[in-house]
Amino acid sequence: MRLDEIAGMLSCETLSAADHEVDVEAVVASDGMSEILAFSRPHALMLTGLTNVQSVRTAVVADVSAIVYVRDKRPDQKVLDLARQNGIPILLTSLGMFDSCGILYEAGLDGVM
Amino acid sequence: MSEELLSRSFTLHSHDFDKAGETSTEIKGMLKELGIDSQVIRRVVVVCFEAEMNVVMYADEGTLTFVLTDEDIGIEIADRGPGIADLDRALEEGWSTATDEMREMGFGFGMGLPNIRRNADACEITSEVGRGTTIACRIKLDGDA
Repeated sequence: MRLDEIAGMLSCETLSAADHEVDVEAVVASDGMSEILAFSRPHALMLTGLTNVQSVRTAVVADVSAIVYVRDKRPDQKVLDLARQNGIPILLTSLGMFDSCGILYEAGLDGVM
Repeated sequence: MSEELLSRSFTLHSHDFDKAGETSTEIKGMLKELGIDSQVIRRVVVVCFEAEMNVVMYADEGTLTFVLTDEDIGIEIADRGPGIADLDRALEEGWSTATDEMREMGFGFGMGLPNIRRNADACEITSEVGRGTTIACRIKLDGDA
């Protein structure tokens, strides 16, 4: 599923230059970065409520295709700059984790853990 | 006997949460440039990142030594710090001595050492309370996770 389709479903605001042609194969959702490192697979979409620098570093290490920050939690500029440097698209939704996951699951995406 | 192709050593700073992960990111870039298989890179970088976070969260200072041979990648992380009193428990998923501050950073949920072990083909952890911990891992260049 393309990232722009997902952005539409979750009514996302784009915070960092998103390549909407990015293809998402699965979803990893957690506020625990080690869980994402343990279970994510390349090209998964990362959903999290953690908006610090480590969320972006985790995304880079785990090779995720993009990050969606849930619950309208807005990262600071330092985080967005790091995401840009590493080519990680950043989206923001006002939906909570449960609702976001439910919508993506209904749309046919699988979870990775 | 394997042939050493590249060796680098990095100093890891304690309690610097913003910089934690910089070394892992640098290693990832280096391995990509060398054309190492992406699955191998991922395993190496997960090991490095989790180890970096452990040093940042718990230790006073640490060193990460990275050695690439024609057969595998060796990663050794040696820290000066409190050590691990119960290594068996520390290797259980979900067991943690993390503080609230560490958990607010998204770490400290008892997955760090298990993640390191899961991604390495060989992993040896030695620790002495009051002195520090050393983690030595090897990841084969042609191995499967």
